[in-house]
Amino acid sequence: MMSNILVLPIVIPAIFAIILIFIGKKPIIKRMVAFFGAILTALSAGYNLFYIMQHGIQFLELGSWPVPYSITLTVDHLAAAFVFTTSLLMIFIILYSYQSITVERERYYYYASVLFMLCGLNGAFSTGDIFNLFVFFEVFLMSSYVLMIIGGTKIQLQESIKYILVNVISSSFFVMAVAMLYSVTGSLNMADISVKLSQLNNHSIITIVAILFIFVFATKAGMFPLYFWMPGAYYAPPIPILTMFGALLTKVGVYALMRTYSLFFRTETVETILLVLAMLTIISGVIGALAYRDMKKIIIYNIMIAVGVIIAGVSVLTVDGMLGAIYYVFHDILIKAALFMLVGIIIHITGQTAYDRAGGLIKQYPLLGWTFFIAALSLAGIPPLSGFFGKYYIVKALLAEGHVISAVIILLSSLAVLYSVIKIFMHVFWGEEEIQIQPKPYKKMLIASIIVTLLAVGFGFYADALFPIFHEAALTLTEPSHYTQILEVK
Amino acid sequence: MEIIMIVLAGILVSASVYLILSRSLLRIIIGTSILTHAVNLLLLTMGGLKGGAIPIYDKTIKQYVDPIPQALILTAIVISFAITAFFLVLAFRSYKELGTDNLDEMRGVPDDE
Repeated sequence: MMSNILVLPIVIPAIFAIILIFIGKKPIIKRMVAFFGAILTALSAGYNLFYIMQHGIQFLELGSWPVPYSITLTVDHLAAAFVFTTSLLMIFIILYSYQSITVERERYYYYASVLFMLCGLNGAFSTGDIFNLFVFFEVFLMSSYVLMIIGGTKIQLQESIKYILVNVISSSFFVMAVAMLYSVTGSLNMADISVKLSQLNNHSIITIVAILFIFVFATKAGMFPLYFWMPGAYYAPPIPILTMFGALLTKVGVYALMRTYSLFFRTETVETILLVLAMLTIISGVIGALAYRDMKKIIIYNIMIAVGVIIAGVSVLTVDGMLGAIYYVFHDILIKAALFMLVGIIIHITGQTAYDRAGGLIKQYPLLGWTFFIAALSLAGIPPLSGFFGKYYIVKALLAEGHVISAVIILLSSLAVLYSVIKIFMHVFWGEEEIQIQPKPYKKMLIASIIVTLLAVGFGFYADALFPIFHEAALTLTEPSHYTQILEVK
Repeated sequence: MEIIMIVLAGILVSASVYLILSRSLLRIIIGTSILTHAVNLLLLTMGGLKGGAIPIYDKTIKQYVDPIPQALILTAIVISFAITAFFLVLAFRSYKELGTDNLDEMRGVPDDE
């Protein structure tokens, strides 16, 4: 039993965000405070991860009420790893923001919103209560609305309206789904619901509730029929905000889908629905990634491909599939952040978003060029780099279950991913110099993106060392009794 | 009683869907708030509508109504209130900046990165 340390990754960013609201207009102090807050959060999250690796799943009954009656924070290996990765990435996003967010935006509570978002994300990952999950979803969604609108340019206003509308509707459906689940089981604690649903013997109402939950989380994650808001909405905000959204926000939807699917809805029907949706997500993402010349759009569609691959791994519900999905989701958080950051630097330097309007950057910016090249190869999953292990396990699990076509689609999608990103590299860094480039400061942006790329590369090289954590996480997902054991500890 | 409430929630949902699919931004916002009303009613109904006293403790009372849905609704109301307020201000601002409240015309702003 671990005392209150589990709560630190949620509370520390909230406290620092409140402090940031009171700090007046000095951007330098705000930057320092935000950076310090993110580092403290990451340290506490790292400690939690370390503790959970040694002592197994931890839970905390808030207010010391016994389990099904209180809100619990239930942190297993997966949640701890998610919280740690999110907090770590947020440090570099804040570092990156120093030079890419304008001072006007910083003045209007940019860093406070970022830290509230970190608070919401960490809360959503570590909660063990379904309604509390909804509340934390709203915490980070509300911050994401503010971040999406901050600055108030025309395109931001126009796209935020669509983004907020879609999310308000899907949040309403979330409450509806919780209401139906509550009327079936009479409980809100996820472990308790899991036990009660397994006693119901696949009643058809469970499938209906499952489809409602898939609707909600697929909207958040940008899956096939519900991704329509994503390309426009993610195109609008500035790059560091886009990095946060692209790397983290969609992954919360994926995480929530993993959690609810593995705990509540383990039926054949749901598996088929998820697999088909995942394949269609990959296909539509590939079409988008190949169709556009705009660098931001290409990477945004690459998010969809990754979400499809992860969901395909989750849907088969075997240890291998889950293991692959977990490897791939962490790889994808890091590499998407790195790619968005690098593309941001390119746009910052050249002032162009279309890749064919720039050329010949490799002479002046060799470090940027080769970092981008490594990130591109890592995204596609070339063996020593990080994307490989996840896809390997996912394809293995799909083949073991006999889903040959899905496995082939995933392998072909890697080719499309590689093509779409290398296309950017070849046009922007090779080719002829066409436009005059004014030198602009970009050092801190480059440092942050190189560190994130190195993290992604290191993730590939030390994948072996991380195997025990991910294996435990996959076991918890495939075997809900690992998760529901907290009910017996009382 | 539950049947009536469910039918009412259904009517509210269909009204909100109709409003959300319209062009004017204000009608859409009215639609989203009607949707949250419907969802909150559904939450109340799903907790069960059997008779009982209000959930304030008293020694003489044997049976209370379920207090959990009420707490959930209270949370959901506050959240949707905040979001509606934000959405309305956003609608006002975008009307001033973009000069339209027609969602069909809100496209094709050239990218200003």
